Amino acid sequence: MLQRDYTTSQLDVLEAEAIHIMREVAAEFERPCLLFSGGKDSIVMLRVAEKAFWPAPIPFPLMHVDTGHNFSEVIDYRDRRVGELGARLVVASVQASIDAGRVVEETGRRASRNRLQTTTLLDAIEEHEFDAVFGGARRDEEKARAKERVFSFRDDFGQWDPKNQRPELWNLYNTKIRRGEHIRVFPLSNWTELDVWHYIRREGIEIPSIYFAHSRTVFERDGMLLADSEVVQRGEDEPVFDAVVRYRTVGDMTCTGAVASTATTVEQIIDEIAATRITERGATRADDRASEAAMEDRKKEGYF
Amino acid sequence: MDILRFATAGSVDDGKSTLIGRLLFDSKAIFEDQLEAVERTSRDRGTEYTDLSLLTDGLRAEREQGITIDVAYRYFATPKRKFIIADTPGHIQYTRNMVTGASTADLAIILIDARKGVLEQSRRHAFLTTLLRVPHLVLAVNKMDLVDYSEARFDEIREEFTAFASKLNASDLTFIPISALHGDNVVSRSENMPWYEGSSLLHHLEHVHIASDRNLVDVRFPVQYVIRPHSATSQELHDYRGYAGQVAGGVLKPGDEVLHLPSGLTTTIAAIDTFDGPVEEAFPPMSVTLRLSDDIDISRGDMICRPNNQPQAAQEIDAMISWMADGVKLQPRSKLIIKHTTRTARALVRDLHYRLDVNTLHRDESATSLGLNEIGRVSLRTTQPLFVDDYARNRLTGGFILIDEATNGTVGAGMIVDAH
Repeated sequence: MLQRDYTTSQLDVLEAEAIHIMREVAAEFERPCLLFSGGKDSIVMLRVAEKAFWPAPIPFPLMHVDTGHNFSEVIDYRDRRVGELGARLVVASVQASIDAGRVVEETGRRASRNRLQTTTLLDAIEEHEFDAVFGGARRDEEKARAKERVFSFRDDFGQWDPKNQRPELWNLYNTKIRRGEHIRVFPLSNWTELDVWHYIRREGIEIPSIYFAHSRTVFERDGMLLADSEVVQRGEDEPVFDAVVRYRTVGDMTCTGAVASTATTVEQIIDEIAATRITERGATRADDRASEAAMEDRKKEGYF
Repeated sequence: MDILRFATAGSVDDGKSTLIGRLLFDSKAIFEDQLEAVERTSRDRGTEYTDLSLLTDGLRAEREQGITIDVAYRYFATPKRKFIIADTPGHIQYTRNMVTGASTADLAIILIDARKGVLEQSRRHAFLTTLLRVPHLVLAVNKMDLVDYSEARFDEIREEFTAFASKLNASDLTFIPISALHGDNVVSRSENMPWYEGSSLLHHLEHVHIASDRNLVDVRFPVQYVIRPHSATSQELHDYRGYAGQVAGGVLKPGDEVLHLPSGLTTTIAAIDTFDGPVEEAFPPMSVTLRLSDDIDISRGDMICRPNNQPQAAQEIDAMISWMADGVKLQPRSKLIIKHTTRTARALVRDLHYRLDVNTLHRDESATSLGLNEIGRVSLRTTQPLFVDDYARNRLTGGFILIDEATNGTVGAGMIVDAH
């Protein structure tokens, strides 16, 4: 007779699933890497990787696609965390892609390096011969992502074909690829934004300071608060002002908006998100607003 | 708070999208910007009502064609539970997607239009749900508002479906009369149906007992990855050898005597390690690392179990196969890659016994192949022994996938019914 009810909490179930996914990749691929941006999802993913292989070190390098327009607080955090873990970090630079003539910098007020990242990312995957690339994307983020597999096949050109995806059953993942192809692996597929924050609280993980409320010089565009910075092109009709804000997502300065907030602890952030009526990408990401299928189109090209 | 994974089967006509939309909306999992986008698109298309199916149909082709072509995963939570919905299209050409969505589901909701009653597709959904051994089945009789909330109509549908389900070995079957459009019996009990004494759908989802659905009796630990830190600086870590994996069955404890397959050697569990410290027991779905008392040669694909309770070490396997490939068919002499737990081998199709009509359950023994979305009973021979249980006993050690050696595509899913 069972003496107790073997109920498992949602965070434990999600963590166990993510650990299983990471070990599967480490066992079946030659050259995996983990995309680490210093954003909250990749921070959680890195913690899960730490757990999956403990007491051994994480058996693959980390990679950051650096647009050159990142928040300095996040880059500082990235380097500190990589140092703590003794991990190997590959930095793929969008500036280097521009300098090499692989991509052309956008111009104008809405210029962003968001889309250019795809080329930099795919070039780096090819150069380092990565065959599996961990990303922190979640299915609750966006409706194209809601249909993506945990193990998402990419062809020679890094493209995603949403209509021709491999069926994914039980916890069995098809890892077969040919040379030049790769798999994007999303261990946090089944996590929601709130799960991520509950996990950060439970684990007591440090996060970059810009996630907490701070005073910043901003201006308003499309109902979003963008940071005033030399990398963001601001028009004269877009006056700056000081506001107490925090970032709900962390991306490129040119397309990541801040939200007005006084949350200074993880606890307060959780309360704030639990009460919010706007999705994180809707509130803060200009890149997704371009069109109804903005994310789907970028993903097909090989975006994160 | 635990997690309930459930699959929904049905078409837009059954009100499935409306039901999901309502569950998401009432649990505040739909956000204003998502709703605005859906309202805008509905208006642009000239639809008079807010088409909630636009929330789940995420791909451009789906929105353009007004169809669902794939499994969409949606998330919501109440103070009681977190829910993961595998929303699958219900048409026969999407059997593949429904099988996929059902493979991980704790519960399935089958929608029936109260006016139309039990249709061929309802029977198909019920069959696939029981084939995949989804432990709990809810028959949501929808559009009760259009039959005047009639108890007699509900009873009629219940009796017809119960008679059919008895042929299927459906386990836990619950009938709920609802109106997704008006919200009757979805989140709270309906005042329009005082004759109904059961719980609302959401209440049922929140309270259905799932902890004992996992197999907690037969210890099964497929070795996934061997952790060897090879540390030069720490003597303790230098000799560390841990077997990492996700528990597929039973409860493991330090000190337990265990048996290793394929060697057949026995040893004891020295410790169950995790990053957060050693644990006193491990059970599904925990991911842990076992240390054993004796030095046995163990690698990925091996199985750890109990000496008196072992899976079959089998190279001859009989299974129900759901075929998922567009071009190539399954037929006798087909050679495929088989992935079962953490072990990958090659498999030869020795025999196709019959193809099953998923609507009538008729067995066609003259069939010579299985095409896309067809299901049949097949005998396989594998190049290596697999450590298997009947799928009915354990979904994790009884299920496998088949991969085409030429295209690397996942072409089939198998549920083991017999092995030796």
